Amino acid sequence: MKMSMKEDRILKSKIRREKVKNTWLEMKRNKTSYLFIAPFMICFIIFIVVPVFTAALLSFTSFNSIQPPKFVGLLNFKIMFSQDSVLMKYVIPNTFKFAIFVGPIGYAMQFLLAWLINQLPKKFKKLYVMAIYTPSIAGGVMISTVWVVLFSSDRLGYLNNLLINLGIISHPIAWTQSPDYLLGIMIFVTIWGSMGVGFLSLFAGLQNVDATLYEAGKIDGIKNNLQELWYITLPSMKPQMLFAAVMSIVGSLNAGQIGVQLSGQNPTPNYAGQLIQNHIEDYGFIRYELGYATALTFMLLIAAYAVTKITWFFLGTKEDE
Amino acid sequence: MRIRLRAKKLNRLRGFGYFNIIILTIFAVISIMPIVFIINNAFKPLSELFMFPPEFFVKNPTMQNFNNLISTMSDSLVPFSRYFFNSIVVTSISVALTVVFSSTAAFAFSKGNFPGKDMLFKLIVVSLMFSPAAVSITRYLVISKLGLINTYAALILPQLALPVGVFLIKQFMDQLPKELLEAAKIDGASTWTTFYKIVIPNVKIAIGTVMILAFQTVWMDSDSSALYMISEAKKTLPYFVTTLTSGLTNSVANQGASASAVLLLFLPNFIIFAIMQKSIMETMVNSGIK
Repeated sequence: MKMSMKEDRILKSKIRREKVKNTWLEMKRNKTSYLFIAPFMICFIIFIVVPVFTAALLSFTSFNSIQPPKFVGLLNFKIMFSQDSVLMKYVIPNTFKFAIFVGPIGYAMQFLLAWLINQLPKKFKKLYVMAIYTPSIAGGVMISTVWVVLFSSDRLGYLNNLLINLGIISHPIAWTQSPDYLLGIMIFVTIWGSMGVGFLSLFAGLQNVDATLYEAGKIDGIKNNLQELWYITLPSMKPQMLFAAVMSIVGSLNAGQIGVQLSGQNPTPNYAGQLIQNHIEDYGFIRYELGYATALTFMLLIAAYAVTKITWFFLGTKEDE
Repeated sequence: MRIRLRAKKLNRLRGFGYFNIIILTIFAVISIMPIVFIINNAFKPLSELFMFPPEFFVKNPTMQNFNNLISTMSDSLVPFSRYFFNSIVVTSISVALTVVFSSTAAFAFSKGNFPGKDMLFKLIVVSLMFSPAAVSITRYLVISKLGLINTYAALILPQLALPVGVFLIKQFMDQLPKELLEAAKIDGASTWTTFYKIVIPNVKIAIGTVMILAFQTVWMDSDSSALYMISEAKKTLPYFVTTLTSGLTNSVANQGASASAVLLLFLPNFIIFAIMQKSIMETMVNSGIK
């Protein structure tokens, strides 16, 4: 208590200086570590961090890529919420529906399939994992080749031909051109191709649950598969589930082109398959309204970040675990 | 383990096993049907491609589509072999550099203890979700500001920022016992020697997995060529395939050629995965985010 305010401040600044000095020494001692992360970090900063921050900054400007960006405050966001009727009427509802199906429902399917495969006798496991995983390595190129042909609009289209033969429809339907079907087809095809790294991680996690836990569970009175799943399997593979969930989010962000790929046009017919990514490209690469396009990007990133945070909340490992 | 086996037997008796197999078989068939379709289409002669009603399976397989793909393209401005060559160059350089960059970074994050480590690694984990597609516009601006438009560097460098690569290898390295590295230190090995003589051989599996992931993303990537490349002669094979298929919505004309091209793109991917499946699964065990 005897110490005056001034002395206190001097002491504090001394401690701070000492700390900075220590950190600096620590950094010097670890310079090999920095050397080791440098190549990756440089690419990471240039191609991921800088684009994200640029998007954040440009979203407050009006920018057409020729003249320098002009600061406009919140104008882009005001336009977004009040004047962009396509966004409000089609893009957001579509993106929302698409995200719900491809995200949570697709993720649940990934888990269910991994879980079912894990119940199989060992010799079948590999085969089924391979069959389910294969579409994800087929890539976007496959989508435009196979699915467009299978869904093609005339009698030569395979789906049309099949349904006409079965007597379900009487004349061919232009599946990918039709506002009624496009979004559904997009969801189906995306889920088809989404059983990738996340699915493998879930499967690996399932296989690796400590077997003694199941034995202990038996003793504690666990009666059936479902109880086992809920009380033992799920809690012990949270980390893999979180990784798979993050991969799911990335997957649905990446799938934004699918409507354009299937229908062959941007905007998609009647905006039926217009997702936020297509809207961004429409403004960014077609109309060159980059300020507005990056404002949309910024909102998308914030939404993705929020979703990740929520997932983290449910699946993240808490401090006490 | 024994209890699990018994539980499984009980299940089978209850019929759950059969039910399970049927459900999974349905999913597996839906999953691979399009791929079977592509394989069949690639070998269909023109007459079968235009046949009505359309047949799913090929009757008289021919190599005609592959020949067409290679010969007609060699007459055009940019021959097929050129796209193929570009793809090989871009993919092999990207994969090699990705592996080196990711494993060195993973090593520092796993075994190093430098100021800022936790913060930087958290940043990498968060960025797992920032797909390139989400920031395509600003990424384009960055690449054009750096003057990389129309150079191979624009196809390669952005691919090297593969957070999931660093993440997977780091998680795998975390499993290595401390004693291993300490023993090396006592023997007087430098950090670099420890890294490539002791750590790398022990995380080969994870490195293999990252190689495959990198290969898959780069080999199948058509967007980069479409966005960053101007001259046709520098674009890659997947881009070329999309030009074949872009008019496909209502025509069968290019189906044979595009099916054979897609098959050529897909096969290497598939074969590598089939061979490496076991090591991928072992890596994925450690993929969890804690």
